[in-house]
Amino acid sequence: MSSQLTPELERKLTTAVERMPAFPKSVQAILEMTRNVDCLPKDLVGVIEKDPVMTVKILRVINSAYYGLPNKITSVAQSVVYLGINTIKNLALSFAAVGILPRFSTTGFDIQKYLLHSLTVAFVARLLCEKFARGEADPMDCYIAGLLHDFGKVVFTQFLSIEFMKSLAIAVDFDKPLHIAEQETIGADHAYVGALLAKKWQFAEPLVECIRDHHNPAAAPSAMMDCLRMADMICRRQAFGDAGNPWREEELSQMPARFGGEIESVIAKVGDLEKILADAQSFAQIGTER
Amino acid sequence: MKVRLWGVRGSIAVPGPRTVRYGGNTTCIEVRGDDDALIVLDAGTGIFPLAQSLLAHLPVTAHIFITHTHWDHIQGLPFFIPIFIPGNTIRLYGAFDLIAQRGIEHVMQVQLQFSYFPIREAELKARIEYETLSVGVPVTVGEAAVTPVLMNHPVPDLGYRIECNGKSLFFTGDHEPHYNIYSPGEEGYDEYQAAIEQRQAELDAAIGAVDLLIVDSAYTSEEYPHKRGWGHGTFDSAIELAKRVGAKRLICTHHEPTRSDDDLERVFNEALARHPDFGCEILLAQEGLEITL
Repeated sequence: MSSQLTPELERKLTTAVERMPAFPKSVQAILEMTRNVDCLPKDLVGVIEKDPVMTVKILRVINSAYYGLPNKITSVAQSVVYLGINTIKNLALSFAAVGILPRFSTTGFDIQKYLLHSLTVAFVARLLCEKFARGEADPMDCYIAGLLHDFGKVVFTQFLSIEFMKSLAIAVDFDKPLHIAEQETIGADHAYVGALLAKKWQFAEPLVECIRDHHNPAAAPSAMMDCLRMADMICRRQAFGDAGNPWREEELSQMPARFGGEIESVIAKVGDLEKILADAQSFAQIGTER
Repeated sequence: MKVRLWGVRGSIAVPGPRTVRYGGNTTCIEVRGDDDALIVLDAGTGIFPLAQSLLAHLPVTAHIFITHTHWDHIQGLPFFIPIFIPGNTIRLYGAFDLIAQRGIEHVMQVQLQFSYFPIREAELKARIEYETLSVGVPVTVGEAAVTPVLMNHPVPDLGYRIECNGKSLFFTGDHEPHYNIYSPGEEGYDEYQAAIEQRQAELDAAIGAVDLLIVDSAYTSEEYPHKRGWGHGTFDSAIELAKRVGAKRLICTHHEPTRSDDDLERVFNEALARHPDFGCEILLAQEGLEITL
């Protein structure tokens, strides 16, 4: 879609992430773990890579022009190889010091349900890649695409709260997809803004494309995009978390061809969805509610 | 190019009879280009005797490249006497501090705070310039080119490759070879291993077949498992690096501060014995050692 954002608003949103707090569970975990000088690097990575805000901030640092890396870095673990665990740890602490995202902002958007959605989509996208797109895409890249595909919504709820609140209401009242409502009230949807930021921060181009086009069925297909879209469908159909865009049964017609025609058979091949949900819930701090 | 070692000790200066042969000062290496341009690698306590040697040849222009900002690599900076003398030019190069979000000027400003030093940065008489480096982007110093390479340490550490008229050297600063943070069989192990191997290949290519390779070799292989993650290499990892890149000469430095001269020679010789087919000259870093390339 074309954007009707003013240059001023684009600038505001691109600098906003500096002040964006991370999610409560990861902030708490980082503060606790880092009191122990012997905390395990893999445990730190395990926390950071489940938080979309911390992940975005780490990838932004490592892909900056300062390091001039020939290949884009697409995971937190890869970032540790380049920067070392102590620098990653101290970066995470500096992110934690910004504060924590409140569960509900003035928009009423539930940040914990959003995280549950993002995490389950990430987990499922990784599994789909391993089972349906082995050799065509990297499972970890699919995980990151799932984790960050709706990142624009956190930016909206934090920094364009009135307009985003209207979008959420329009989506419900008029039974519209949320991204259509965002285009009407904000002038650009979360996919556009998420991709705008990802591109500005020099993220890998396939990741930028996945974020930008995950609601655009006309976009050029790729294995990574297929896994992201399918994971998004599965998690919304199963009502894993909520990112303001309820499942519509007619979306089934947009299922990527590589998965066959039946969503149930794809779900059966993915494995134990309840375990995936439980793992994500334990991090998103949501109990049995969805 | 000419190279002279002024400080070879790691972590903290350790003067005394146990270190008198190899030296107790922390890291400082003087490099002279063919045009005599002065490049200084790190400003540990070894920069103080270097400063004394420069006073007979004022004014000086010194290009000081900081590998990283841990104390043992910057502690001598306020005692680099040319900074107090008008007519000198000191250009300080180093990495961007990700946590402080500041450039290399931060290192001087922090050290010259009221609590830690009696003279303020504004009171320095020499011309002081700062250049925060981008990884992989070479800097020209007279006839030499200095290229920063990102190494592996608990703070961003730049190794420096210096080339001058066909001769080359590389100094790692402090560097620990990458290791896998996952155990074999754990989720994430294979991906991490692949990333490490790619990174190692990138580093080897950036270092290249230099005429002189100066490497952090703080530990023995027996000591290393207890020091993993501290950011330093071993004699064996230094030798393996030199073999991989095809270096013509290797200097092992950053000596462990509790190691006496006798112990240093013993563990060094043990390491050499494990690599009998090593095809290049290998030396222990020693204060005052001079090499012409």
